[in-house]
Amino acid sequence: MAAPDLPVISASALDLTFQTGDGPVHALKDVALDIHKGDFVSFIGPSGCGKTTFLRCIAGLEQPTGGTLSVNNMTPDEARRARAYGYVFQAAGLYPWRTIARNISLPLEIMGYAKSDQAARVERVLELVELTGFGGKYPWQLSGGMQQRASIARALAFDADILLMDEPFGALDEIVRDHLNEQLLALWARTQKTICFVTHSIPEAVYLSTKIVVMSPRPGRISDVIESTLPKERPLDIRDSPEFIEIAHRVRDGLRAGHADDA
Amino acid sequence: MIYLVVALAIWLALWALNTRLANGPSADTRVVSLAIPLIFGATLLIIWELVVRGLNVPLVILPPPSLIAQTFASQTAILWADFVQTFIKGALTGYVIGCAAAFLTAILVDRYALLKAGLLPVGNFMAALPIVGTAPILVMWFGFDWHSKAAVVVVMVFFPMLINTVAGLAETTAMQRDLMRTYGASYTQTLAKLRLPVAMPFIFNGLKISTTLALVGAIVAEFFGSPTLGMGFRISTSVGQLALDMVWAEIVVAALAGSAFYGIIAAIERGVTFWHPSQRT
Amino acid sequence: MRSLGPILMVIAALIALWYAAVPIMNIKETVTQLERGGAQVVPASAQERRDAGHVGLVAQNSFAIPATFAQERPRLPAPHQVGAELWDGVVGKKITSKRSLVYHGWITLSATLLGFAIGAGLGILLAIGIVHSRVMDKSVMPWAIVSQTIPIIALAPMIVVVLYSAGLQGLFPKAVISAYLSFFPVVVGMVKGLRSPDAAQLDLLKTYNASTSQGFWKLRLPASMPYLFASLKIAIAAAMVGAIVGELPVQGGGLGNRMLTGSYYGQTIQIWSALFAAAILAASLVALISLIQRGTLRRMGLV
Repeated sequence: MAAPDLPVISASALDLTFQTGDGPVHALKDVALDIHKGDFVSFIGPSGCGKTTFLRCIAGLEQPTGGTLSVNNMTPDEARRARAYGYVFQAAGLYPWRTIARNISLPLEIMGYAKSDQAARVERVLELVELTGFGGKYPWQLSGGMQQRASIARALAFDADILLMDEPFGALDEIVRDHLNEQLLALWARTQKTICFVTHSIPEAVYLSTKIVVMSPRPGRISDVIESTLPKERPLDIRDSPEFIEIAHRVRDGLRAGHADDA
Repeated sequence: MIYLVVALAIWLALWALNTRLANGPSADTRVVSLAIPLIFGATLLIIWELVVRGLNVPLVILPPPSLIAQTFASQTAILWADFVQTFIKGALTGYVIGCAAAFLTAILVDRYALLKAGLLPVGNFMAALPIVGTAPILVMWFGFDWHSKAAVVVVMVFFPMLINTVAGLAETTAMQRDLMRTYGASYTQTLAKLRLPVAMPFIFNGLKISTTLALVGAIVAEFFGSPTLGMGFRISTSVGQLALDMVWAEIVVAALAGSAFYGIIAAIERGVTFWHPSQRT
Repeated sequence: MRSLGPILMVIAALIALWYAAVPIMNIKETVTQLERGGAQVVPASAQERRDAGHVGLVAQNSFAIPATFAQERPRLPAPHQVGAELWDGVVGKKITSKRSLVYHGWITLSATLLGFAIGAGLGILLAIGIVHSRVMDKSVMPWAIVSQTIPIIALAPMIVVVLYSAGLQGLFPKAVISAYLSFFPVVVGMVKGLRSPDAAQLDLLKTYNASTSQGFWKLRLPASMPYLFASLKIAIAAAMVGAIVGELPVQGGGLGNRMLTGSYYGQTIQIWSALFAAAILAASLVALISLIQRGTLRRMGLV
């Protein structure tokens, strides 16, 4: 395990170039970032800025073409094999032929946890995402928001220290999203996980994060890193505070700057 | 003449009844949706009976349903023996072997990109061919008894089953595969926990198509030589003797066996793929 | 387009496998023949040979291998034998000759096409009726679906004989079987296609106060085309099977008849060449429909 002063995720001079029919596409260029234990980092930017690609690099789902990237002092691929992180996708992606409980125990089965341990863990994470009692339901019997909560429970089930979330609430309506944001903050406070969160919503990024990474496209790169000054305890109405609006303003400026040299 | 008038009257009456049922308020209830096609089927049978009697159609052209039913009832021993020979021994054996072989081949094909690129187009091509034409060759190789019929069935069901299974195994989304990769899942784990469940609706589609093909293969193969029993044998010899009531009785057996076989596979499918949108009600 | 390389490799592998199987399949008859011709074979007694394995016989009598490829009535003809017979049957005989594959192929093809045209035409008409009439939908559609699970082809010999005794023979009885087999796939596919426009599209036409026939020509029919072509491909393959099976009980020629006579007289090369002729014919028909499909859908802007 990384010492408190060592970053959990560390990227420097990271490049990723896709070769396509229309020539090379620079998805990531010269990306450098350190993420420490317990951070809640949001990645925000227009589509094509590489925020999802960066998350996938951390997860070992994409291979960078240059630079270094370490996760828990391992390569991303080693970290993936060591099951260092839980990944939440934009869609819940629950298997319709498994009940919610069996969906959550899917990673546990693959990783070879004992049957009794599986059941206990499922119960615990169901409680964490406030789905106690829904374990026997099938995914299609649940609302979109509940499905997404179940998929977060699935990512939490095997106690990885890192949670990678790729626009997990992007497909949900605003009211459900607010509720889930609140729940996610509570969950983060209780579990002390390191969370990397991709979003295209400025209020969401500001509300959730301790650190906001603003990215811009062509080539995908980091244009600003904003340390949040908001307190850890954040009720929903913090979004009307001047401090919140101030940070949101900085994020918006960063995004606009990224767009400016796009023209 | 009177028969024809009665036939016409019954046709009009039952069709009017069906029209009322179909456009009535309870048309979509289970009972009525079942009753309408049954009434229609019964109408056809009654018309058939009356027209055959009314026009004195010779038995060698079209026997009336009542005679077919009589023959069916009085010849159950022969029909049962033919059923065992053709369906249980020939069609069912071939179906199990053919589908299992195709399933295993599909998993191999899916594993190796080269096989997929090469074998799949060939399989697609084969599935459209009149494979039943291999019957004379296979009868020559495996003899007149049910073994050759099973062999024909194996060849007939293999390609549709192969294509459907391979298509099903390719059905996972990128996100589902990524999820398994984030768990560091092995090939077999991904196969067992993700790809096979996703493929099930396709596999069952192949299994359902194959039920009909299996019966067709087993019956037609008997036209190329068989021991002195079997549904195909009975049909071709009874046609030769102009005993059309027997032919029709065998066709009834074939129809019952075919739809029961299909129905059983469809019922298993409902149990296995209850989660699929097409099965949810 | 997919690359041809792997496909050719698989085909080459299949042909190689076929060649490898030829000695194994034919060794017993070949060895017996060679022994009658005075050759020394191992083992010498017919009794022992009967009990010996095929592969073992090939190994012990390797001198006989070339002869296995040149049998007159092999259990498994070699690919080149089938190819030569096919070539001879197509090009080497006058097309009026009873031994010409073109002659037999045409008999089968004409029955297939006539039956396909009748079956597909009636199928489309019934589908239109089903989509527009509730009572037809409820009465007929379940039977159309059930009929797909029934081995209708069992009717073939009876239809031929019954129509014969009613004074009809030649092309027509086979076409009836072909029509019957191609009918149901077209009905089911076409109904699905005509019903494929979604509620919003139908509602749009309602807001224009379009008539039923306008709705049919402007929305339902165009929307059904992909479904129609998919089922036409199944139907023409089924029509071909129908024509071949329909040729079994009669003496009028055709590829099915070639197969049956071939199997009576042990003329295996004849069976195989008829089989390949049928396969090529069926594949061409399906390809032809694919071609029409692509042209039509492209003109409609669907691909």
